[in-house]
Amino acid sequence: MSQETPATHRGVHDRLAALGAGRPPTFEPGRTLPLRVEFERQLKRRRTQLAALVLMVLPIIIALAFKLGGTAGNDAPSLVHLATVGGANFALFSEYVSVGFLLVVVVALFCGDTVASEASWSSLRYLLAQPVPRGRLLRQKLIVALALSAGANLLLPLWSLLVGGLFFGWAPARSPVGGSFDTGASLLRLALVVVFVCGQMLVVASLAFLLSVTVDNPLGAVGGAVMLVVVSNILDQISALDPYRHFLPTHWNYSWVDTLSSPIRYDDMLRGTGTALVFASVFLAVAWLRFDRKDVTS
Amino acid sequence: MTPERLADRLRSVPGGRRLLAAVIAVLVVAAAIGLAVIGSSDSSVKVSSQFIKATPEGTKRVELDTTLYLPAHTPAPAVLLAHGFGGSKDSVAGEAKSLASHGYVVLAYTARGFGRSGGLIHFDSPKYEVNDASLLVTYLAHLPQVAASGGHRQIAVAGGSYGGALSLLLAEQDKRVRAVAADITWNNLTAALYPNAAGTQAGVFKKLWAGDLFSAGLPPGNTTSCGRYAPDVCAAYQASLRLGVPTPGLLAIMKAASPATAISKITAPTLLTQGEQDSLFPLSEADANARGIAANGTPVKVVWRSGGHDTGSGTATATNAARDWFRAAFARKVGGRQSFELAEQGSVVSASTGRVTAETLRAAGYPGLRGRAPAPIVTQVVGRPQSINAPAGGIPAAVSSIPGLGALGTFASSVAVPPSPLQTASFVSPVFDRGALIAGAPSVAITVSSPTAGNATLFASLRDLSPDGTESLPAQLVAPFVVPGLKANKPKTVTVALPSIVHTVPSGHRVVLTISTTDFAYQLPTVARQYTVAVANPAPLKLPTISGTVLRAGHPMAWLFAGIAAVVLAFLAVGFVLRRLRRVLRFDPALAEIPVHIDNLVKEYAGGYRAVDGVSLTVERGQVLGLLGPNGAGKTTTLRVLVGLILPTSGTVHVFGEPIVPGAAVLSRLGAFIEGPGFLPHLSGRENLRLFWAATARPQDEAYFDTALDIAGLGSSVDRRVRTYSHGMKQRLGIAQAMLGLPELLVLDEPTNGLDPPQIAEMREVLQRYAATGRTVVVSSHLLAEVEQTCTHVAVMHKGQLVAAGSVAEIAGAGGMQLAVGDPERAAAILAEAGITAELVPARRALEDVFLDLIGEDA
Repeated sequence: MSQETPATHRGVHDRLAALGAGRPPTFEPGRTLPLRVEFERQLKRRRTQLAALVLMVLPIIIALAFKLGGTAGNDAPSLVHLATVGGANFALFSEYVSVGFLLVVVVALFCGDTVASEASWSSLRYLLAQPVPRGRLLRQKLIVALALSAGANLLLPLWSLLVGGLFFGWAPARSPVGGSFDTGASLLRLALVVVFVCGQMLVVASLAFLLSVTVDNPLGAVGGAVMLVVVSNILDQISALDPYRHFLPTHWNYSWVDTLSSPIRYDDMLRGTGTALVFASVFLAVAWLRFDRKDVTS
Repeated sequence: MTPERLADRLRSVPGGRRLLAAVIAVLVVAAAIGLAVIGSSDSSVKVSSQFIKATPEGTKRVELDTTLYLPAHTPAPAVLLAHGFGGSKDSVAGEAKSLASHGYVVLAYTARGFGRSGGLIHFDSPKYEVNDASLLVTYLAHLPQVAASGGHRQIAVAGGSYGGALSLLLAEQDKRVRAVAADITWNNLTAALYPNAAGTQAGVFKKLWAGDLFSAGLPPGNTTSCGRYAPDVCAAYQASLRLGVPTPGLLAIMKAASPATAISKITAPTLLTQGEQDSLFPLSEADANARGIAANGTPVKVVWRSGGHDTGSGTATATNAARDWFRAAFARKVGGRQSFELAEQGSVVSASTGRVTAETLRAAGYPGLRGRAPAPIVTQVVGRPQSINAPAGGIPAAVSSIPGLGALGTFASSVAVPPSPLQTASFVSPVFDRGALIAGAPSVAITVSSPTAGNATLFASLRDLSPDGTESLPAQLVAPFVVPGLKANKPKTVTVALPSIVHTVPSGHRVVLTISTTDFAYQLPTVARQYTVAVANPAPLKLPTISGTVLRAGHPMAWLFAGIAAVVLAFLAVGFVLRRLRRVLRFDPALAEIPVHIDNLVKEYAGGYRAVDGVSLTVERGQVLGLLGPNGAGKTTTLRVLVGLILPTSGTVHVFGEPIVPGAAVLSRLGAFIEGPGFLPHLSGRENLRLFWAATARPQDEAYFDTALDIAGLGSSVDRRVRTYSHGMKQRLGIAQAMLGLPELLVLDEPTNGLDPPQIAEMREVLQRYAATGRTVVVSSHLLAEVEQTCTHVAVMHKGQLVAAGSVAEIAGAGGMQLAVGDPERAAAILAEAGITAELVPARRALEDVFLDLIGEDA
């Protein structure tokens, strides 16, 4: 240490000199990383805004395509034929085309990006050193990611309902099996569809979250979760696997069409929810166990 | 190379463990898929073909081409499989293999007059085809592989269409048949080919189907008009077509081929499956068969399935139903009451294809039997009497269905041509306020009159009218009927049985009773006529219905419970494992005042590499400790363990007496800057610090934001997004973040990396002031000069071990003494006089001081 301190450049040194000794702080590890804070950290990201933009532009493009293009061919699924009947049918059709891939990608994006992007920005170690206990960090991040995914799942049908109503009118929803529902019944069925699809997306969300914890690259986490969905869809097409197909994570993705028959048939939706819960709990349990023991080198 | 050695080799390769795990995973998945595919295919079914002697044709010897399918385990019950008209034993090969793989001996044969079998087609004549089948039953009875029970050989017969009628005729004639499964077949061939919905005499000729059937019996490359038909059958058919009415010869042949004549003689339990989309042998044929068989008290089960002659699909349902039936029949578990299954078309949207498909309903019993039909849906149709004309030559004609187009499936309804309004009388019902399932044949009374005398040929149907005006014809079925002996201008009322359909009328729709004069598939009179058609005003219409429950396979709630159980289990398992794995470490009161106490810390990575090898270190309050060492010495690993980011292999770290584990509360008394800054690039510097502090959930006034921001010294840049900062700005902001809250212990790893000399000097000053308040600082660096100027104590690490620790004075001060003189030149002169060589060397100023002087105060 030098004999005399060099000339100070700023008055901060004096402020430091006037400090007393440090005191132990008021701190509760169980209250760190409040949800509000995590939401603020995630909402301002460009990817959140881009995803919302895509989800809002897509129904408008579809509506324009129907307006300009005309009706579907003969062997198209029946939901396509009814898409231009009114707002509720248009919302069902948008849901039908988005469940397979678009919503999967959006959910994988929100859930696969949380921990992995903190690792890639090097801010994860600072959060953990605050300290935010590992389990609490995962819990808060998962809650925010699932909330954003649920928001996306809700945004698409509601916005499609609005767009469909503006483009095609507000006629009561017509079911492909021939009946039609009044407004209350169609909103109830749409709500059931949204709840069920959220449940199905839990599989993708939990796998993306697990990959997010395991790899330090956000794109790897998102891509890995999407790959699982693609592989599962491919295996689902092979009818030789028949009794075992029921256990694939994406097999029940479209079972929400059962809400369109009257009375509503709950069988396949119950099976799908059960499957999704099993996969989600396995993936999340592994994520928790891995993160607790992990050496954070990012 | 053995698998163990291969595994060892793989494990030793870098990343080899992962590669091994990946290879094993792929192999397991491939094996599982392979087993699933192989297990589902039929194996171990022995197939052998032979010709069996049948009824001779006059004096000519006739042999039938047969194939015997033997299952894996014999003896087993046997099934005689008959094919449909125009087919051969190969048409039923799929069903035969399926039955054989489920443990039945199957004998599939080609009927006489087809394929490679000899003989002529006598059209299910009892003396020929039925006798052939009886001879085949004899053959089966002598096979050692056929099981016996209670003194009888277990032999059943199954077949579709032509083969179905054969099965029923055989069961009437040969009591050795113990069970029957007849699919899409007829009861009364006259009523099927000359249907009359208003009476029992022969009605309108189903000419398209009949011609289709007849030509199915002509072999390819045929040169005669009779092909392989027996001469009497061929002559009768051609004569009837020429005359336009069935000849007595044809009537006799059709009667002999119809189960209706002796159906009450059947004692074997019978399964009747009938197609809902079948205009050749509609559901009413199965109804007649069922009543006839049940009249004798024989157990009979009826299944109405999707498909039929019009679409050619749905045979899998029939095969599965037959299999289940035979299993129950041979186990003697067939009771008196049989459930009734029907397919409700267009009732559910398929999740896998998005198209509308059928669903199976099960009702307690067949409504046609025991008089226990559920109450019908009562509605009515209204309309004024309407005048319709039958055109000359029957052209133009409405098209309801065309045989042979059935293979195209749904396209059949798109080529349908509804009858023209001039030919149609319509009577409409009121709107249905609830959905209604029609299952069966409604009947209605119709009054017909005509200005000219003669028989009237008309077609009745029930159509579905949707609110937007589209009419659809359920299953494309119409009911032709003849009003005989109509006198000029004298109305005659007949009760017409409409087609037997299974159709759900959605709420908001209506039904329309349509009477028309033409249909393309039938033989129409050539004379132009005019009719006036009326119904009672209003005419009651009783729609037969069924109340059934959807056939649900499996227990869906079990799946949901499994899911919930998985969630609960995962929760408990994670909690349990985490608690078990956490090392039990306790607060050490002796160390409560010591900021850092590291005791024999070891961190070993996979492969035996020790990054930290037995480091023991204590830092007292108020010290500025410099952790020195070359790259790879283990300094950063030690600091990461200190902050709880890395778990040590062994050894402990105590901060203020509390053991360090990830998430330990004592870490809040510590501020860290490890291996570079970490900020959210989309937020500003101020936002980053604010949210960082907010994440700790500590009160705002403990943050000392102003001090921290002053230390960062970014000025107005603090409000710009972090992604626009230079490395040095981020570095200073990171150190400021570490100082938020002015923690009692500050841990900095390479803090001066990327800072310019004025900033380095600044940082030195800050750290010294910081330590002067009684706080502790740990700085890691490999810049020796920096550490020498900043720190009070030093610890030197090399290859994971601590090689020296102590105050700077102790470590660096070893060495000799220095002499300071006031006047260097005079001292040099004195030494020279004393004989000691002395040389004046100009003093060097520290480069840093020169630099700082040069760039001035406001750097």
